[in-house]
Amino acid sequence: MAERPEDLNLPNAVITRIIKEALPDGVNVSKEARRAISQAASVFVLYATSCANNFAMKAKRKTLNAGDVMSAMEEMEFERFLQPLRESLEAYKKGQKGKKEASEQKKKDKEKKSDVEESDKKDEDEEEEEHMDEEPEAENEAEEDEVEN
Amino acid sequence: MSGDNVDAKVAPNSKNISLPVSRVKLIMKSSPDVSNINQDALFLTTKATELFVQHLARSSFKNGSGKKNTLSYSDLANAAEAMENFQFLTDILPKKILARDYLKTLEDRQEEDEI
Repeated sequence: MAERPEDLNLPNAVITRIIKEALPDGVNVSKEARRAISQAASVFVLYATSCANNFAMKAKRKTLNAGDVMSAMEEMEFERFLQPLRESLEAYKKGQKGKKEASEQKKKDKEKKSDVEESDKKDEDEEEEEHMDEEPEAENEAEEDEVEN
Repeated sequence: MSGDNVDAKVAPNSKNISLPVSRVKLIMKSSPDVSNINQDALFLTTKATELFVQHLARSSFKNGSGKKNTLSYSDLANAAEAMENFQFLTDILPKKILARDYLKTLEDRQEEDEI
């Protein structure tokens, strides 16, 4: 839940950037206009949520889903958003799937790697032990050599 | 509509969203009766809000006075009044009138009442 009223505002810097990108270069946006667009965006979210929620309630669902949001856009007469929204949702889902697969692959790789590392370590330990075994012998030999000389 | 072409420009980078989803979620949850929102619905609402900001800015500028190459508050208020799908904004984007004009309409009304 929002505790402060400003929690219901969208970040000004991001809103300003989106406005600037939408308008031709060199167009200024008055401070008042920026504030008004930001407020309008918050109201848009609330309006869309309320419309989408009506669709969910009609279908006796407690969770808002993508279809509810799309229906809400149609009801609000923002049909022009439907196609770009469909495209971005598809891209988003692909990205999510890719991410999931990537993280699973990473996990697997990590497990494999740690297995390898562990066995490497074991090998090293064994080698070291062998070395240690060898060294005294070598010394002994050296000593023996000396003695012989 | 010529606006459609302009909006299509955003399609290539459409999978990216710049508004924070956490904040959008907070606004959505502040609405009564809303219990759960799934990931896709949250993503779509965030993206739709970005499209809305672009659309509002573009249409207001296009139909605006274009004075000094600036998007002004009155351009937005005019767009809210003129466009069917911006009607829900008229409450938060009221048209500004000068106090002088307002007082005059009040006086005119009073005179009418007296007659």
